[in-house]
Amino acid sequence: MSGIWWKILAVLLVSYAIVGGMLLDVPELPILNESIRNLYYHVTMWFSMMLLLLVSFIGSIRFLLTGQSKFDRIALHSAYVGISLGILGILTGSLWAKFTWGAFWVSDPKLNGAAVTLLIYIAYLILRNSIEDESKRPRISAVYNIFSFVLLIVFLVILPRTTDSLHPGNGGNPAFSTYDLDSTMRMVFYPAIIGWTLFGWWMVQLSMRLSVLNEKYEDNDI
Amino acid sequence: MHKCIILTKQFMSALLQELKSLIILEWKLEWKQKTALSSIFIYLLSTLFVVYLSVKRVVDIPTWNALFWLVIIFAAANGVNRSFSSDSKGRMLMMYSLVSPQAFIISRVIYNSILISLLSLGCIVFYTLFLENPIQNMALFILATTLGAIGFSSILTLVNAIALNTKNSASMSVILGFPILLPQLMISLKLSKFAIDGLSATVYSKYLLSLGLLDLAILVLALLLFPYLWRD
Repeated sequence: MSGIWWKILAVLLVSYAIVGGMLLDVPELPILNESIRNLYYHVTMWFSMMLLLLVSFIGSIRFLLTGQSKFDRIALHSAYVGISLGILGILTGSLWAKFTWGAFWVSDPKLNGAAVTLLIYIAYLILRNSIEDESKRPRISAVYNIFSFVLLIVFLVILPRTTDSLHPGNGGNPAFSTYDLDSTMRMVFYPAIIGWTLFGWWMVQLSMRLSVLNEKYEDNDI
Repeated sequence: MHKCIILTKQFMSALLQELKSLIILEWKLEWKQKTALSSIFIYLLSTLFVVYLSVKRVVDIPTWNALFWLVIIFAAANGVNRSFSSDSKGRMLMMYSLVSPQAFIISRVIYNSILISLLSLGCIVFYTLFLENPIQNMALFILATTLGAIGFSSILTLVNAIALNTKNSASMSVILGFPILLPQLMISLKLSKFAIDGLSATVYSKYLLSLGLLDLAILVLALLLFPYLWRD
């Protein structure tokens, strides 16, 4: 994507989600009450995390097919931003859990799925750093990225079906349909997903450009 | 069309031939240095003894089940760990020029699955002798451990080939392998729990099917990805 319009759009959408998420009306549900507003931040950040991890997965596939280092860069930096969004998602989620369930962490399929996601992607970063041969590094880490993403999706699908969950939007189906998104909530929820994803992609691009500059600096080209 | 079928048949028989000789080779090499093979079983035995002395008696069925699989995944990780590191650089090069990567990975997966299945059998025997054996449907339990072993060995073999390129491959294969073993482990745990409780086929058939499908998916994925690791 070129141009500046989508960056402006990202900023506008995220600001709208923050302001609108705090001010607009929400349905009054038992237990959840006003904490339902966390849906606008926690869930949307995780949506864009999954989208960025998907970008990383596709980047790795295209790297293996074409061998161009630009795809490897996309895979790595989307994973960076995905992990950052994942950590933010865990923090907002556990803050919410403290006020709704009374504990920062409970053993729940959704939470365990999130923890395993972070474990896998941190392992991916460690793997990249511990391969000394720079010509092998992109290829080997791409293989791991593809393999682990597929198994992660399987895990996220299986997990809620083998155990019970306290998490809102559960009951056999790992979606948020029972959350009872009414129309005002949708008006913030969907723009927020688009906003965070565009914002994340912007961060990926910045991070990629920074790494290119760093490489040039190390080669004394600047 | 007819020619195509004949070519496919020729390819399949060549692949089978390669597989057969690779597995026999693997076994011969293993048998030549018996310490390596026996060390895996002693590893299993000492882990099991640690478990036995720590818990002494397992009253609770889920704990029994969890301890069983915990021992299995550690023993499996340790057993598969040697599957590439025992190869010298020269032998890898020779393999590279002689066999196709597909045949190579399949032979490794088959060999490691047999190894892990044997380890889990040993584990069942030990648990029966020292702790207790609450398993009501033994056939299903063995089926679950065998299907689990196939998935574990495919994942761990691929991850081991990845980890071999890093500085500390032993701990690296655990870091990389354990998080992605989880889906396999979850279904195996569930299935073996059903076997212990002796539930009817209507309950477990769904899980059995999904375990088999997951094994298949992992195998296909490993087959597709291994050639990229092999190209050194």
